[in-house]
Amino acid sequence: MSTEMSKEERHPIESWLRMDRIPHIWCPGCGIGTTLTAVIAALEKIEANPDEVCVVSGIGCTGRAAGYLKFDSFHTTHGRAIPFATGIKLANPKLKVMVISGDGDLVAIGGNHFVHAARRNIDLTVICVNNFIYAMTGGQVAPTTPLTAYSTTSPYGNFEPPANIPRLAEAAGAVYVARWTALHVRRLTKSIVEAIQKPGFSVVEVISPCAQYYSRINRLGDGLDMMKFYHQNSLIKHMEPTENLDIQYQEQIIVGKFVDRERVPFTELQKEGCN
Amino acid sequence: MTAEPKGVLTGTHELSGSQACAEGALAAGCRFLCVYPIVPAKDVSERFFARAKEVGATFVQMEDEISALAVVLGASWTGKKSMTVTSGPGFSLMMEHVGLGVMLETPCVIIDIQRVGPSEGLPNSPSQGDIMQARWGSHGDYEVIALSPNSPQEMFNLTIKAFNLSEKYRTPVMIMSDAAVARMKEEVIIPPANQIKIEPRRYFKGPKEKYLPYKWGEDLVPPMVNIGEGYRFHVTGLTHNEKGYPVMSDECQELNVHRLVNKIRRNAEKIVEVEENKTDDAEIIVVSYGITSKVALKAVDQARKNGIKVGHLRLITVWPFPDKRISELAKRTRGFVVPEMNYGQIAFELERCSHGEANVAFVHCKGKEVDDLKNIFHAIRNLLTEKTGREEIIEYRNE
Repeated sequence: MSTEMSKEERHPIESWLRMDRIPHIWCPGCGIGTTLTAVIAALEKIEANPDEVCVVSGIGCTGRAAGYLKFDSFHTTHGRAIPFATGIKLANPKLKVMVISGDGDLVAIGGNHFVHAARRNIDLTVICVNNFIYAMTGGQVAPTTPLTAYSTTSPYGNFEPPANIPRLAEAAGAVYVARWTALHVRRLTKSIVEAIQKPGFSVVEVISPCAQYYSRINRLGDGLDMMKFYHQNSLIKHMEPTENLDIQYQEQIIVGKFVDRERVPFTELQKEGCN
Repeated sequence: MTAEPKGVLTGTHELSGSQACAEGALAAGCRFLCVYPIVPAKDVSERFFARAKEVGATFVQMEDEISALAVVLGASWTGKKSMTVTSGPGFSLMMEHVGLGVMLETPCVIIDIQRVGPSEGLPNSPSQGDIMQARWGSHGDYEVIALSPNSPQEMFNLTIKAFNLSEKYRTPVMIMSDAAVARMKEEVIIPPANQIKIEPRRYFKGPKEKYLPYKWGEDLVPPMVNIGEGYRFHVTGLTHNEKGYPVMSDECQELNVHRLVNKIRRNAEKIVEVEENKTDDAEIIVVSYGITSKVALKAVDQARKNGIKVGHLRLITVWPFPDKRISELAKRTRGFVVPEMNYGQIAFELERCSHGEANVAFVHCKGKEVDDLKNIFHAIRNLLTEKTGREEIIEYRNE
C-alpha cells in the first residue's frame, strides 16, 4: 500500500499488521484471516499495548499468523509454540503471550504440550484454528477430521475418532474454553477478549473453512458454502458440557463458551512456591 | 563486564562436576533453567533448583526435552540467560530445537552429561557417544560450539565460557560432559565476582524503526533486542531475510546459511582451545577430551618414563575442531592415538585432518574400565612398531 495514502484511506487494522508482508499466503475462503481480524479487534477493545503483546505460532497454515501480526512474534517449530511461549511468559510474566496455531500443530504433534500447559495453568491465550485437515501439506487426515470425511490420507473415509478440543482443554485444566466458527466474528472477538483477560490457560477454538483441501476433497463447495453451512448448523449453547461437543461429519456444531473457572495461574504458584 | 555477585559463590568448595556446572551457570548470570528429569544430568538441575531462590533464578520442569529446549529458547529472547541440562536420550530429543536455536540465533547453553547408548543404554555409565550428534544431530547445515570439561573445576570454568561464547556468537553452545566428570568430586575454586569476565548480550542500539533482526556486520553476528521493548520484530525458523521474514528462495537460503556457518568457521581459530603437553618432540600424540584425557595423561607420563616420545593434546573445545593444529602436528608425528568412550567418533576427525600424513589408532575405552591404561599403551606401541619396526619399545606395567 502506498505511503502517500491519507490516514482515512487506510484499513482500520493496518497498524496491527506487517503491511510489508501483505498479501498473505492464505487461500480465498480460508477462515484464518477472519480469526486474525478477531484477534486484533479483541486487542483493540482491551486497549492492549502492542509492545507488550507477543505472538507465537507453530507450523502450518495458521502457523503463519505470527508473521503477519505486528507484535514481537515467533514462527517456531511444529507443535512447539506452547513451550516456546511458556519460556517467554515465565521469563517475563508482564507480557501478554498468545499462541495462534492450527489443530494439527496444537493437538497432534503438540498435544503433549497442550495438555501440560493447561495442567500447569500457564497464563497463555491459545487460539486454535481447526480446519479439520492438514492443509499446508496438502490435505492429510488430522486429529480433528470428522469420521467418514475424506482426505488424501483417508481415501476411504476417515475411521479415526477425532479429538474434541474443548473437552481435552477442560480435562487438562484450562480455565477458559470457547468454540466459535469463522462466521461468528463478533462472538469470537468477545471470547478472545475474555480469554486474554482471564488469568491462566485459555483456549478458543475457531472452526474454519478450508476451501482448498477439506471442502474440495469432500465436495462441500467453497468458503462461502462453508459459511452458509456454519450459519445453518451452528447451535449456540453456552456452558454445554464439553463431552457433548464432538463434531460429526456435516452435522450440527455446538458453539459457545463452555468453561470459565478460577485456578491460580502457574506464575502465581511459582512465586508462592519460592517463598 | 564482570559477574553479578548475587550468583557467585566465591570461595573454595568441595563440589561434584554437576554442582560445579550449576555454580558456573549461576556465576555466568544464568537466571533461567528448564529441564526434563534424566539420569545422570539431574544432579546439575537439582543444585540449580536449590540455589535458584537466593539467586533469583527461574526454573521449570517440562513434560519432555523437546519442550525443555523450546522453553529455554523462548526465555532467552526476553533477555534472560537460559540453560538446559540433559543426558543421552534427552539430548536426542533436543536436536529439533538445536536447529531452531541455530536458525533464530538464540544464545543459550545445553549441558549434555553423556551416558552409554544407544537408546536407554546404561543410564549410569559415562560415555562420549554423543560427540558427533552434538555436531550433526539436527537436520540441515550448521556449525556448533561444544566444550568438553575434564574436571569439576573445568565444569565451572567452561560453563561460564559456554555462556560467554553463546552471547558472543549468538548461538546455542554445548557442554559435552559425561557421567564420570559429573560425579567426580574435587575442590573447586570460585573466584570473586569481579574476576569473572562476562560477555554481555550484544544489543541493537539504533532507533527502533531501524532494527532488522538479521542485519549483520563484519563479524557476521547480528545484534539482538528483547521481547517487550517495542521493536515488534518477527523471527522464523524458515529461511529468512534480514527483516526476519520468510523468503522461499535458494538465494536467500545461501545467504542465510552461509553466514550461519561462517560466523563459526571464520572465528574457529578464536574459539578453539586445546591443551598440549610434550607435543614438541612427540613421535606419537595421544588426542583426547573429557574424562579420557585424565587416563591419557597418565599413559603419556608412563610412556615417557619408558623413553618413548609421546605427547598429549586435549580438546577443550570439541567443536569447532582444531583442524589447523592437527594438520600441522600430522606432518611431524608418526601417528595419533585417540582414546574415546565410544566406538570411534573424534578418531574420524583426526583421520580427516591428518590428510594421510599420520596414522590414527582409535582406542575404545569401556565405561567402568576407563582408567585402564593398557589399551592406550598397546595402541602407542603398535603405531610405533608399524612405522619403525622397533619391537622392543614398551611393556605395559600396571602401577
